[in-house]
Amino acid sequence: MSPATPSQFGPPKPAPVWLGWGAFLFFLFTQVYAVATSPADAMMGHLQKMMYVHVPAAWVTFAAFGVVLVASLHFLWKEDERADLLAASAAEVGSLFCGLTLVLGMLWGRPTWGVWWSWDARLTSTLVLFLIFVGYLSLRSFVEDPHRRGQWSAAVGILGAINVPIVWMSVRWWRTLHQIQSNPRGLSPEYLRGLLLNLAAFTLLTIWFIWRRYEAARYERAAEHAAQAAALGDNNG
Amino acid sequence: MAFRDDVRRIKAIVWKDLTTERRSKAGFNSVASLGVTILVLFGLALGPDGQALRDAAAGALWLAVLFAGVLAFNRSYQVELEGGALEALLLYPGSRWAIFAGKLIANLIFVLLMLVIVVAVGIVLFQVRIPAQWPTLLGIMALGVVGIVVLGTFYAAMSSRSRAREVLLPLLLYPMLIPVLLASMEATKAFLGGDLLNASGAWIQMLALFDVIFLVATFLAFEYVIEV
Repeated sequence: MSPATPSQFGPPKPAPVWLGWGAFLFFLFTQVYAVATSPADAMMGHLQKMMYVHVPAAWVTFAAFGVVLVASLHFLWKEDERADLLAASAAEVGSLFCGLTLVLGMLWGRPTWGVWWSWDARLTSTLVLFLIFVGYLSLRSFVEDPHRRGQWSAAVGILGAINVPIVWMSVRWWRTLHQIQSNPRGLSPEYLRGLLLNLAAFTLLTIWFIWRRYEAARYERAAEHAAQAAALGDNNG
Repeated sequence: MAFRDDVRRIKAIVWKDLTTERRSKAGFNSVASLGVTILVLFGLALGPDGQALRDAAAGALWLAVLFAGVLAFNRSYQVELEGGALEALLLYPGSRWAIFAGKLIANLIFVLLMLVIVVAVGIVLFQVRIPAQWPTLLGIMALGVVGIVVLGTFYAAMSSRSRAREVLLPLLLYPMLIPVLLASMEATKAFLGGDLLNASGAWIQMLALFDVIFLVATFLAFEYVIEV
């Protein structure tokens, strides 16, 4: 059982405000730049502009889940509760972007493919990733003991991360037995520049979001420790 | 020597869990009845056309096993918790993985017995034509059940000790089981359809691979899940 020790870590380092504003303004700039500079696509016309939000959202989703995996492994290895809080923060931000990726993808898919959803490997594994995030966050909200919550959610996060490539592989197999997917076409430079700039902007925004959430999580945990100490009658806590 | 002790521990836990089930029988009867009920509901949703039923039989069977099995996994720990027995179990000397292995084997036997009933009813209700190489089909069933039970036993160790265990276990378990279920359903479907494309062999290999991956991963992670 977890000891009711007060947090051994001082107050968290606050996320710098300039990072938030910088990321936001950079994001505005890269969006306008990408939309203004890219010509209409031969097949999709201006629908192609969806790429500048959809692809970066997908990229930061996977990056955030990578953070969850690494932080969870670190937590199980070192028992550092800050790693647990970082994993939780990354999972929250990741699930937000994962949901955004799915919705944007559907909005893009409907006019392009004629359907809202297609059961291909990429779509299905992104959906499964979203469901795993949802399960991870529900588990956290249903377990009170902080130590237990940390251990359990780390295990769920790691197993979930193992599962994503397996889902991808199995769905790919499932699909190829039924029909062959079309390959995505190569990207010409005038699109690529806008895409790369937006990837950078989304990454900065994600770092800002996770940092802010982590800061809040640290204060929440400190409050939890203080409440626990008070309940045990420890006036020094 | 130590390993032999672990084997004895595993045997003791399997025997304990199965004896509890055998003496009450209420658990097994209700779970098996639920499996049959789910099959009937699938039949109503998909039937009454014979060909449509046969095409959907593999999927319906696996989902019935999954939905009923989920109840068994939570039960397996809930019985322990009611008597405060899990803490005593953890206090005994010896490796923790032996507890997991014991629960796993007991759940495996439980679900396999349920599977016999569900499959027998499913074959009748869904008008399945049993293929000549039916022993392979038994192999597919066994591999699929191993996958479901491994992950189910692992996640139930957490969900059964949290608030809202009824909703938490399916929420955590179903997305994790997608590869295992997909492989089981496709292998079964290919097999029942006469396997014209020779697809079932590849699916069986994948299923076995998934079983091994999840078995190793859960055995490694169980230590962290059960200790708190």
